[in-house]
Amino acid sequence: MSSLFNPVVAAITVRATLGRRRAFLLAIPAVILIALTLILRASHPAGGAQWPDPVLGDMGFSVLLPLTALIIGTGVLGAEIDDGSAIHLLATPIRRSTVVVTKFAVAALLTMVFAAIPELLAGLLAPASRKLAIALFVGALVGSVIYSAVFVMASVLTTRAIAVGLLYVLVWEALLGNLVGGVRILSVAHYSLGVANAIYPDQNLRAGLSLTTSLVLGVIVTVGGLILATRRLSAFAIKGEPA
Amino acid sequence: MTVIELANASRWYGNVVAVNDITMSVGPGVTGLLGPNGAGKSTIMHMIAGFLAPSKGTLTVNGAPSWGNPDVYKSLGLVPERDSVYAFLTGEQFVRATARLHKLPDVDAATRRAIEMTDMAEAAGRRISTYSKGMRQRIKVAAALVHDPEILLLDEPFNGMDPRQRIHMMELLAKLGTEGRTILFSSHILEEVERVSGTIQVMVAGRLAASGDFRAIRRLMTSRPHVFNVRSSDDRRLAAALVGRPYTSAVEFTAKGLQVRTSDFGAFCAQIAVLTRDHGIALRELLPTDESLESVFGYLISNQAN
Repeated sequence: MSSLFNPVVAAITVRATLGRRRAFLLAIPAVILIALTLILRASHPAGGAQWPDPVLGDMGFSVLLPLTALIIGTGVLGAEIDDGSAIHLLATPIRRSTVVVTKFAVAALLTMVFAAIPELLAGLLAPASRKLAIALFVGALVGSVIYSAVFVMASVLTTRAIAVGLLYVLVWEALLGNLVGGVRILSVAHYSLGVANAIYPDQNLRAGLSLTTSLVLGVIVTVGGLILATRRLSAFAIKGEPA
Repeated sequence: MTVIELANASRWYGNVVAVNDITMSVGPGVTGLLGPNGAGKSTIMHMIAGFLAPSKGTLTVNGAPSWGNPDVYKSLGLVPERDSVYAFLTGEQFVRATARLHKLPDVDAATRRAIEMTDMAEAAGRRISTYSKGMRQRIKVAAALVHDPEILLLDEPFNGMDPRQRIHMMELLAKLGTEGRTILFSSHILEEVERVSGTIQVMVAGRLAASGDFRAIRRLMTSRPHVFNVRSSDDRRLAAALVGRPYTSAVEFTAKGLQVRTSDFGAFCAQIAVLTRDHGIALRELLPTDESLESVFGYLISNQAN
């Protein structure tokens, strides 16, 4: 595993992702989630409130997590490919699999920091079960990993990774995922919900997959995505000017 | 000893041919890859550097294909033309990171040596985002040299450099070449290539137009027919006078005066003023029509086709 992770690549990736006030921009959605939780808690002092489910589930789990993963996942490698700086990394004997896995690890970790941890904090602040907060947190951790693999792969496969990612999150997962049952098999959100629901069964989570199915499919998608990204990066070509 | 070998290598994008059936050998020393913009120089560079696969033919670096072979970078350094570097790093951090990516045993010493070689010690502590284009070029060269490669590829390395930096870079390339390294750099400026390399490969429209010793190719370039547009106070008398001269190969009347074709560029330039004075003709305009590099290359390739 150590040969699959390179600390130099990781350090450059972290600086590129968080530099120039980008860390503040990435933190804004998380701050909004926590602030909204605090406001609603203050404005609904009576117990038995219904708002935690839509805030933690719909906003935190279905919006904050995938969109944060999308921005970070498509940026860690895709931005360097787009601006051409990736050539400095690729013109070294570092294996392409190491580049992909390191970028993926950084993306997953940063998504956990900017989406999964705020989800936990919001869950703990909301007047909901502590177990539900932890279940959603674990689900978000799993989602951070799988989403990152998918979006890193997308950034290597296409220069329009953000558009493709948005279509996946908003159309495939959010729209079709709720209308067509079969779509859930290829939905990272439902893999995460499957894990969360196994820890704290809650009808409001609307989990459509079992824990086993979620984990097996999650592993397949993550490993498959990384293999595909590595193969594509191994064939990384710079377009020369036609004569 | 041949280090870089292209055998009937071609590269095309859809219906557009970027590089057409190139056979070329590059050995130790400095070699210039010369050609006008769009000639396919960058495509060749990217193919040699392993960032493009030949559509046809073979390409090897030290006997192994460079495409899909990251091990080639153990002995090869690349300075890409594109100005994108990790601008948030300092120059020293960038070179050091490259040294660590190469897993060098003494990262500190290698970093220091590469920075000193490129005369970047003073600015190494500054962020690359604050560098001029020439300084960015030099820090890219430092990063490409940090692992002491046997082969160095530079795509348009003099772009954006001021004259002092240009001279320094030329001296550096010459020094690296005399040390026995294989240095291949591309340029569209004849004088740059002339000052640095003894051997050149000339590309035109994706094809290799000339290859070999610079001086021989230069002679071929200067001995080609030159065309001038001439206007004078009496074009008809000037035409008659020119036809009698050995350096004139053709004279044609045009709407704006005369078009004179000469086989001896130097003799024509030296004697045209004397000729007009002797005949009492006022010379009003003398314009060379084909002095662009493209026309020089065009001549070479038409010569090769014949």
